[in-house]
Amino acid sequence: MSDNEINTAAVSATRRRVLQGMAALPAAAAMLPARGNAAGPATATVNTTGLAVTDDTVTVGILHSISGTMAISETGSVEAEKLAISQINEAGGVLGRQIKVIQEDGASDWPTFAEKAKKLLVSDKCAAVFGCWTSASRKAVLPVFEQYNGMLYYPTFYEGLEQSKNVIYTGQEATQQILAGLDWVNRTKGSKTFYLLGSDYIWPRTSNKIARKHIENHLTGCKVVGEDYFPLGHTQFNSVINKMKLVKPDVIYAIIVGGSNVAFYKQLKAAGVDLNKQTLLTISVTEDEILGIGGENIAGAFACMKYFQSLDNPNNKVFVPAFKKMWGEKSVIGDVTQAAYLGPYLWKLTVEKAGSFDIDKIAAASPGIEFKGAPEGYVRIHENHHLWSKTRVGKARTDGQYDVIYETGDLVEPNPFPKGYQ
Amino acid sequence: MLMGYSLGDIGSIMAMQGFAGLSLFSVFLLMALGLAIIFGQMGVINMAHGEFMILGAYVTYMTSQVFTTYLPSLFAIYFFVAVVLAFCVAGALGMLVEWALIRHLYRRPLDTLLATWGLSLILQQVYRSVFGAREVGVDQPEWMMGAASMTDTIQIPINGLIVMALTAVISVFVFLLIYWMGWGKRVRAVMSNRAMAGAVGIDTEFVDRVTFGIGCGIAGVAGSAFTMIGSTSPTAGQLYIVDTFLVVVFGGAQSLLGTIASAFTISQARSTMEFFLSGSMAQVIVLLTVVGILMLRPQGLFVLKVRR
Amino acid sequence: MTFLNRKDIAAIAILAVLLLAVLPLCLDPFRLNLVGKYLTYGFVALGLVLCWGDAGILSLGQGIFFGLGGYCMAMYLKLEASSPEATKIQSTPGIPDFMDWNQITSLPLFWRPFHSLAFTIVAVPLVPVLLALIIGLAMFKRRVGGTYFAIITQAVAAILTILIIGQQGYTGGVNGITDLRTLNGWDIRPDHAKIVLYFINGGLLIVCVLLAQFVRRSKLGRILVAMRDKEDRVRFSGYDVANFKIFVFCLAAGLAAIGGAMFTLQVGFMSPSFVGIVPSIEMVIFCAVGGRTSIFGAIYGALTVNWARTTFSEGLPQLWLFAMGSLFILVVVVFPDGLAGIYRRYLDPLVDRMLPPVRRRIPVAAVAETPQVSPTFAE
Repeated sequence: MSDNEINTAAVSATRRRVLQGMAALPAAAAMLPARGNAAGPATATVNTTGLAVTDDTVTVGILHSISGTMAISETGSVEAEKLAISQINEAGGVLGRQIKVIQEDGASDWPTFAEKAKKLLVSDKCAAVFGCWTSASRKAVLPVFEQYNGMLYYPTFYEGLEQSKNVIYTGQEATQQILAGLDWVNRTKGSKTFYLLGSDYIWPRTSNKIARKHIENHLTGCKVVGEDYFPLGHTQFNSVINKMKLVKPDVIYAIIVGGSNVAFYKQLKAAGVDLNKQTLLTISVTEDEILGIGGENIAGAFACMKYFQSLDNPNNKVFVPAFKKMWGEKSVIGDVTQAAYLGPYLWKLTVEKAGSFDIDKIAAASPGIEFKGAPEGYVRIHENHHLWSKTRVGKARTDGQYDVIYETGDLVEPNPFPKGYQ
Repeated sequence: MLMGYSLGDIGSIMAMQGFAGLSLFSVFLLMALGLAIIFGQMGVINMAHGEFMILGAYVTYMTSQVFTTYLPSLFAIYFFVAVVLAFCVAGALGMLVEWALIRHLYRRPLDTLLATWGLSLILQQVYRSVFGAREVGVDQPEWMMGAASMTDTIQIPINGLIVMALTAVISVFVFLLIYWMGWGKRVRAVMSNRAMAGAVGIDTEFVDRVTFGIGCGIAGVAGSAFTMIGSTSPTAGQLYIVDTFLVVVFGGAQSLLGTIASAFTISQARSTMEFFLSGSMAQVIVLLTVVGILMLRPQGLFVLKVRR
Repeated sequence: MTFLNRKDIAAIAILAVLLLAVLPLCLDPFRLNLVGKYLTYGFVALGLVLCWGDAGILSLGQGIFFGLGGYCMAMYLKLEASSPEATKIQSTPGIPDFMDWNQITSLPLFWRPFHSLAFTIVAVPLVPVLLALIIGLAMFKRRVGGTYFAIITQAVAAILTILIIGQQGYTGGVNGITDLRTLNGWDIRPDHAKIVLYFINGGLLIVCVLLAQFVRRSKLGRILVAMRDKEDRVRFSGYDVANFKIFVFCLAAGLAAIGGAMFTLQVGFMSPSFVGIVPSIEMVIFCAVGGRTSIFGAIYGALTVNWARTTFSEGLPQLWLFAMGSLFILVVVVFPDGLAGIYRRYLDPLVDRMLPPVRRRIPVAAVAETPQVSPTFAE
């Protein structure tokens, strides 16, 4: 079992050393009597359903892929969740209890996710689980969380169309990520024609569907001039690039993921498409992906996210150095990584508001929870267990970072079942 | 879908599309050449072929890192050094693998499939441990990026041109090797009757090892070239493997000419279909057609006449 | 049961005791459910023993049949979970949720028969067998075999995956068909249901073992082996080789499909990640590790490899691929007959010595059980 032993596929030697030190941290802390705010409330009162809560510890689970194809993407989330947990522990834990972590590997395999989720809930009695990345893995664990009444904090921006008592979605659902960006590009660039591209699975398809409805019904005089999907892992985009050259859309709206991303942007550049002249808006390329694509291949593209590493606010100025200190100077922080960082803090705040670790009480207390220390600024949990958050547009620089060039004035309401977009 | 565009537009798109088809053709051919030697000539089903390509890609990545750090002035030509290195490193690993693994399995072709699949898993994990699970970005000199403008509207990707040139060189090399120099004869002799080939003085072990090494080396070159157009990550090799095998099988495994013809057919079909249909459907239709034709003509497009 | 010799009966008895008594007594419901999941791969491995071990046809597309069987079952369960009451928040109640998200407003035609449990039970083996029949007719009648067949089945697996993922309105796409609840009104999710399903699964597996052993010990089984070793001679003796190949390929497909359906029932969903190339090759590996010419070996192989995977990924996920990769290589190079080969070489003589001597009744069958040189293919 991997209690507090951090197994990351991609740890460098330096990271591993940091990790060993850090793994010792909660254990050492657990041996001391609970520090800071004296002892918390009695275990019997805060834990009435038999969760793994003792007088000075509480056990949570982390469930991501650290092997297999998805390890590429999920590594950042694991790192962020561990950072948040170690920070919470240093600050005295939750209700006077240090957080113990049990990490499981979903191995990029959906039944494994379901299997491990069940283990975390049934055998380990985790008070909360931070994890999952792809929609498929979330769909696989959802029945488990509902059946055994667990709490999942899910970090990825996703397609919406879901809402559960047992899940807090710390990433954006589709409308939060799409609508403001389209409005922005229409308003500032005067764009009228859109070419929608995507990898062939549910998130890009649903997102493009919402984008299409918005473009056709809510933006005057705008239309979609093309829509294409490619199998995951596709690496040849020359034909579609030619097609776009013929159609000449004002905006290329790209939701391509994974290795295909790299191929797409490299081939786009090689085909002579200058992203400083051709507007390209993406919702799938974070700073993490740019590492593989290469900054010079994507510079000039616009991305629509809620968080960028370059974001200028006091919270982020603390968060970025802390992350780099723990995981190495070269690490980058993308949108999902930040959303994963929110999970443990939101859970802590909810537990403190509810005064209990009980899942039902946490589910009920979640709406209205505010996290003022979020690196993205300020977030609040909505009735539907998604987050109110701002939408931002960034412009890719050659060094792999984004310049934030626009953000919505108000928080955008999460709406996983948008009327008129289905 | 071609309504409402000027003739000039359509003309230049057709030119570019033709080039896209050609560049896809060279990509396929480059992938397939190494396998055509290993699978077609030697009969070894090398499922780790994709991993040998990725090895070439990582060698290119490391070369670019070394050049940026120590020889920034020569960065513009690093790619040529990388290609040679990729060939050597992948070839050397190939020979090692042949020695350690493949030579025990020449009588059991299907078992090479399983063993090399195991090898591919190990290589993937090695890459992951050494280079990290994330994709690495391979820097390219400025002159290799972007497009050459033929006219105002026709732009030809430079990296496509480089891949084509590389493919041409490798194809000629392989042709000379297999059909012109004595080497090909020796390989075929060893494959058709190992004992007899040994008896007439051919060093069969040496032939096996070097041939396998050359096949893997060519895969390494392909990987090196693909850093310009695709992604470099531990699992990227798996993306290529089905396409590569289909190209070789479709052409008729033992015929190099067949490999070239089938790479050409499949790439043109794919590139044209993708222009008119959505990417996923194009791929399904092309795969289905290839499988369908293979069912009708099981030995592939080009068959060597052999008495069985 | 004349097709079973003493040792077979003992082996089946041991397997039955292990599956139906020892494991359920030793494991908690969670682990037992895992074992149940591993055993579904045992069905596939069983089919591969017949198809690959005996007849020498390596199919790299068993995931296709496993997946189709699983999808047939999942379609039935999904329809039951999508009753108009349960889905009344959708714009079209009464159809599966993923269809509603994809603007499909009525149930597609090919989904409709899956309202019926009887139809589903027939369709689970039949649909994959039909596909296998088509592939088999097209390939074996034209004497495609060996590596060609392997690569073409692999391509078919790739096509099917792309189709399932691409047609998400009809198939659930990459997420698969999830959130399955009841089987004909009986909730399959709680622990006691999982235990019942485990026993059904185990019982079915033993029935399939008997079936497989029956085929192997019949004259047909001997023809299959003969075909593997010298296809031409069998053909010249007047047998239609292609028909035998088609039969055994269909049988393997049917077995895989039963495994797939049981998988769906026990895991609670089905997704394209069990259809494609990688799972298909893994299934072959299970069989190879256990021993391609031994049905018991194959089942123990499926159990061992999967159990090792779970253990490794809980403890040392980085090492998992190393371990799995080395295992393949080791099995192929050093132990081509897998676990069963080791058993035959080292343990079987001991067992023979311990058993009271009897006159062998079916000497030919014993020949079929002796370690073979691995399958070779008629060029």
